[in-house]
Amino acid sequence: MATQFIVHDKKDTVGVIVVEDVKPGAMLEGWLMEGDGTVKLKALKAIPLGHKIALVDLKKGDTVLKYGHDIGRIVADAKKGDHVHVHNMKTKRW
Amino acid sequence: MAKAPALIKKRARSVGKLPFMGYRRENGRVGIRNHVIVLPLDDLSNSAAEAVANNIKGTMALPHAYGRLQFGEDLALHFRTLIGTGCNANVAAVVVIGIEPGWTARVVDGIAKTGKPVQGFAIEGNGDLKTIEAASRVAQQFVMWATEKQREACTIDELWVSTKCGESDTTSGLASCPTVGNLIDKIDPLGATTCFGETSELTGAETEMVKRALNKNVADKFMGVFNAYQGMIERYKTDDLSDSQPTKGNIAGGLTTIEEKAFGNFQKIGHKTKYVDVLGPAEMPAKGKGLYFMDTSSAAAECVTLQAAAGFVVHLFPTGQGNVIGNPIEPVIKLTANPKTARLMPEHIDLDVSGILRREMDLDEAGDRLIDVMIRVCNGRYTCAEALGHREFVMTKLYQSA
Repeated sequence: MATQFIVHDKKDTVGVIVVEDVKPGAMLEGWLMEGDGTVKLKALKAIPLGHKIALVDLKKGDTVLKYGHDIGRIVADAKKGDHVHVHNMKTKRW
Repeated sequence: MAKAPALIKKRARSVGKLPFMGYRRENGRVGIRNHVIVLPLDDLSNSAAEAVANNIKGTMALPHAYGRLQFGEDLALHFRTLIGTGCNANVAAVVVIGIEPGWTARVVDGIAKTGKPVQGFAIEGNGDLKTIEAASRVAQQFVMWATEKQREACTIDELWVSTKCGESDTTSGLASCPTVGNLIDKIDPLGATTCFGETSELTGAETEMVKRALNKNVADKFMGVFNAYQGMIERYKTDDLSDSQPTKGNIAGGLTTIEEKAFGNFQKIGHKTKYVDVLGPAEMPAKGKGLYFMDTSSAAAECVTLQAAAGFVVHLFPTGQGNVIGNPIEPVIKLTANPKTARLMPEHIDLDVSGILRREMDLDEAGDRLIDVMIRVCNGRYTCAEALGHREFVMTKLYQSA
């Protein structure tokens, strides 16, 4: 199966959709760049190319990890497979 | 810092000294273009400068919005940018036009130190028409002299390369910025002089940036400019900057926060290369060859204009959503890893690295391809932005004029 999402680092809690047509309920195959691994995941929502998918259940207040680093906080719960973006995640800066 | 993706193979590439054909200037610096520019000192002189460039084919005017009643560091930056633009090795000769002779001479004298032909003209007491005629006669001589210049064999250790990304999305951090990073890690040991910037766009990744400084002094210098920029944002912000930084385009492309954007941006300096100094805006590197960080805005045209004014002659610009920027004197090479952008905006994309996301291309191969494109552009091939006439010359203004 082609790679449909990519995860930078083993510690990450989100991955990035890299194809254009992810539909709700789709079973996705992901490439974990660190260590060249494979991750499988069901998409709960239609997620556009370049947008993030939750790799684990994320609760309000949780720190989001990408590149193995803190990239912001969850402001509304997101389930594993949910779309993670400005509607449920915010910066910790500014 | 995330570890290097596992697919970076230790594939040896005989990059050698990466020869290219460039223009060696009077002061020994190497350019890849041979422009004769007509440089207005101030906003008032744009009309005359554009008239000269219209009269004399092969010259180019660089109109801009500023130069009146500026003071202090803002004025110093204005002069540094104009003089640096004239000094850039992609420029063969310069005609300067200003409203009055004093500040015009200051720009002329600054450029003259390179040894290249430069002459100034002032409008007050002459009017536009006499000024345009006198300046046109000199511009004609300059362009006829410059067009006889020949390219010579040059090597990568004579090349100054800058980078900045724009309208980034998550594919930038996954593939196009790491492709630039791969190139930087390959050409740094060969003695290239390189530059990255975008001070606000390292917000969240600043502790990783500190680790990439050559030593503690350089790290402290970075944190000094970083904190000053944060202070400016805190002073003027009215919200969390969402839609500005990250931009609307960034957000449409899937970037959610400044921290996420910062880690993507940070991929442009590779995994090994350390930066040897922190430059002020438009400040010329003075610590020898190597990678430099420049304190700049993250707005594309402002940043590239400052890098060109510091002497960088070729620019690498990863984009996600399709920023179309160019620069009048420094060719801007665009790469994208976003397959949609590559498909919908092909006239803007010099290198498509979306194959990395499909695992058809690895990062090492993408870096090699970017080196090939860069050398071809150094040899004279037009970038997409040059062919399309993108000449965004945007001066950075630090505060209001007096």
